[in-house]
Amino acid sequence: MSGAPEPTPEHDDSTDAEVVLSVRDLEVSFGTKRGRAEVVRGLDYDLHRGETLAIVGESGSGKSVSTLALTKLIPIPPGRVTGTAHLGDTDLISLSEAELVHVRGQRIGFVFQDPMTSLNPVHTIGRQLTEGMRHHLGLSEAAARDRAVELLAKVGIPSPEDRLGDYPHQFSGGMRQRVVIAIGLSCDPEVLIADEATTALDVTTQAQIIDLIAELQADLGMAVVWITHDLGVVAGIADRVLVMYAGEVVEQADAPELFSRPRHPYTVGLLASLPVLGDTERGDLAAIPGLPPPPTSLPPGCGFYPRCSFRSDERCATERPPLREVVAGHLVRSFYEVPEEQSRRASAATRIAIEPPDVRDEGVA
Amino acid sequence: MSSPLLEVEDLHVHFPVGRGRDRQLVRAVDGVSLTLQPGETLGLVGESGCGKTTSGLALLRLVEPTSGRVVFDGTDVRSLSKRDLRSWRRRAAMIFQDPYASLDPRLPVGESIGEALDIHGLHQGKQARRDRIGDLLERCGLHPRVADRYPHEFSGGQRQRIGIARAIACEPDFIVCDEPIAALDVSIQAQVMNLLTELQQDLGLAYLFIAHDLAAVQHVCDRIAVMYLGRIVEEAERLDLYRAPQHPYTQALLSAIPIPDPVRERERERIRLEGDVPSPIDPPSGCRFRTRCRAVFDACERIDPALQEVADDHRAACLLHGEVGTEVTG
Repeated sequence: MSGAPEPTPEHDDSTDAEVVLSVRDLEVSFGTKRGRAEVVRGLDYDLHRGETLAIVGESGSGKSVSTLALTKLIPIPPGRVTGTAHLGDTDLISLSEAELVHVRGQRIGFVFQDPMTSLNPVHTIGRQLTEGMRHHLGLSEAAARDRAVELLAKVGIPSPEDRLGDYPHQFSGGMRQRVVIAIGLSCDPEVLIADEATTALDVTTQAQIIDLIAELQADLGMAVVWITHDLGVVAGIADRVLVMYAGEVVEQADAPELFSRPRHPYTVGLLASLPVLGDTERGDLAAIPGLPPPPTSLPPGCGFYPRCSFRSDERCATERPPLREVVAGHLVRSFYEVPEEQSRRASAATRIAIEPPDVRDEGVA
Repeated sequence: MSSPLLEVEDLHVHFPVGRGRDRQLVRAVDGVSLTLQPGETLGLVGESGCGKTTSGLALLRLVEPTSGRVVFDGTDVRSLSKRDLRSWRRRAAMIFQDPYASLDPRLPVGESIGEALDIHGLHQGKQARRDRIGDLLERCGLHPRVADRYPHEFSGGQRQRIGIARAIACEPDFIVCDEPIAALDVSIQAQVMNLLTELQQDLGLAYLFIAHDLAAVQHVCDRIAVMYLGRIVEEAERLDLYRAPQHPYTQALLSAIPIPDPVRERERERIRLEGDVPSPIDPPSGCRFRTRCRAVFDACERIDPALQEVADDHRAACLLHGEVGTEVTG
C-alpha cells in the first residue's frame, strides 16, 4: 500500500478534497451505417479523492461508454473520442496505446457487470490476480502471490491460499465478483470504475459487495465511479450523482439533494415511475411515455423533448438547453424546472408510507 | 371467498444430474403449496436458483412435476392427457422474461399471435383472424399495422407488449408472468406493469407474478410468497409482508433491498447474510435456511419446519413460531 492513509473526507466537504480525475468536454461518437452515433455529447465532471460519483441512466444513455472511452476501451475507429480527462497531470485522451497500458488496471481499476465474462475461464484465479501486479508493479512471483492471498482475504474469500489454484467456474457468482474486485484493487488504483458491478447479483449478495467496496474505499482512499441504472443503490452509496440521458448529463447534484428535490423532468419522471417498497398506493405508476431517441437521430433541441411532460414553447424543440447551476452545486439541463410540489411528490421519501421494518432484534430468539 | 382458481399442493420438481453412480437429484422445487383466487395476483419472489421459475413452469406442465397436485378450476392438471392438456392451456398462458427469445425471429409478430389462435381454433377466417390480432395489439398499446413486422424491428418494451398480446389471445383466466419486467429499462418497466394491471382489471385475469424485484412485486401483487431453496418460507398480504416479516430470510431479503431515498437508505440497518445459498442437490437437514440464519437454534437441525399460520392470513415456515414440522429421521 502506498503512503500513510489519509482521512476519508466527509460526504459534505468532499469538494475540498484533491481532484483525482477531471473530465472536460468529453465526446464519444461511432461511425455507423445510419450515420454518426453521438453517444456522449459533452461531459464534464470532477472526481475527488475518496469520493463516490454515481453515473445513472438507462441503456444507451452513454453512461458506460463515457467511462470506457477514458482509457480507450472502445474500438477506435469506428469510435472517436474528443475532450480531455486529466488523471492527476496526465491527459488520458492524448495518451498512446502503449502509455495507456500503464493506466488501465494500474491507476484505474475496473469492475464490470458480469464476472463470468471478465474472468478468463481457462486460467486460475491466482494467475489472473498476479498478472497485473507482476506487470504493473514489477513484483516477483512470490511477492505477487503473497499479495494475491492478502487481497482475496480482504475481499472476504475464505481460505484464500487454497483458492489461488481454482478456476472461475469453481466460485459462486458473488465470490467471482469478489475476485474481480480483488483484481481491480490489486495495483492500488487512484480510481475504481464499477460498471453495473452488482447488477448481475442477487440482492443479498449485492448488499455484501456494496458494503465491501465501501469498506475498501474508506481504507484505501480511492475514488469510485459507480455506473448503474439502480437508483436504490445510488441512494445508498453516492456522494454525487450525474443523471445521463441521450448522451448528456441532464442533472447533477449531491445525492441527498437530487433525491429530495429532483429538478429535471427526466429525473423526476424516472423517480416517479419507480415502484418503491413501503408505498401503499396501487394506482398506475407514472410511466414516462415513449422511448429514448436513437443516438443516430437525436432531436435538434432538448434530448428529452419528445417524452417530456413539462415542455413548453418552441425553444425546447429547437434549442439545446445548457447545463445551468440552479442552486449551488445543483446543475440542470432544461429550460423548465419541475415545480417543487411535483418534484417532491415523485421522490421516494414522500411516497414511503410504511417505514422499513426495524431489523435490529426482531425475530431473534 | 369463492373457490380458488388454482390449488397447488406439495409440488416437487427434481432434475437428475450425472449418470450411473454419480447420478444425483437437483431438488429445484421441493414441496411448494399455494392457492390463487380468480382475478388475484400472487407474487413469487426469491433469489436465483430458489425454484420460482421452475414452479411456474411446472404448474403449466411446461416441465413435468415429479410429484404433487395441481388443481385448476376443478381439473387435475397432472392427470390430463396430452390432448386435453393442449386444450386446457387455452386457459393458462405464460409471459417470459426475455421477449427477444420468446418470439420467433422469422415470423411477423402478428403470426406469432395468430398461431395461438389457430391452435385453439379461435377467430378463424382471414378477416376475423386479422381483426383479432389487430385488436390484441391495440389492446397492448401497439398499432394494429405493426402485425406484419418482425421482432427485431421492435424495442424491448414493445416486444414485451407483443408477448403479452399473445398471452391474452385465447382469453385465459390465468397467466404465469416470469420476470416480465426484469429485462426492461426502468422507464419502460412502469409502462409494462401498468399494462398488466389494466388487462387484469378488464379481463379478470389471475397472475402468478414471478420476480426478484420486491418493490415491483409489492406494487402489483395482492399476496406475496417468498421462496428459498425450493420451498415457500413465508406468505402474506403484500403490505403485511413488508410491515411485519416473520421469517428470518424474508427479513434479510427485505433489509437488503435498496430504497431510493438517501436518508432512509443510509440510516437503516441491514441483516448481512453470510456465504452462499447451499446446493439444492444436498440441502441442509431440518430448516434449509439454518446455515445462514442469525436466529438459528438447536431444533432447526432436527425439524423441517412446516408453513404455519403466524398471524391472520400470514404463514411462515420457521420454528421460532412453534416447533411445527417434520422430525428429521436418521
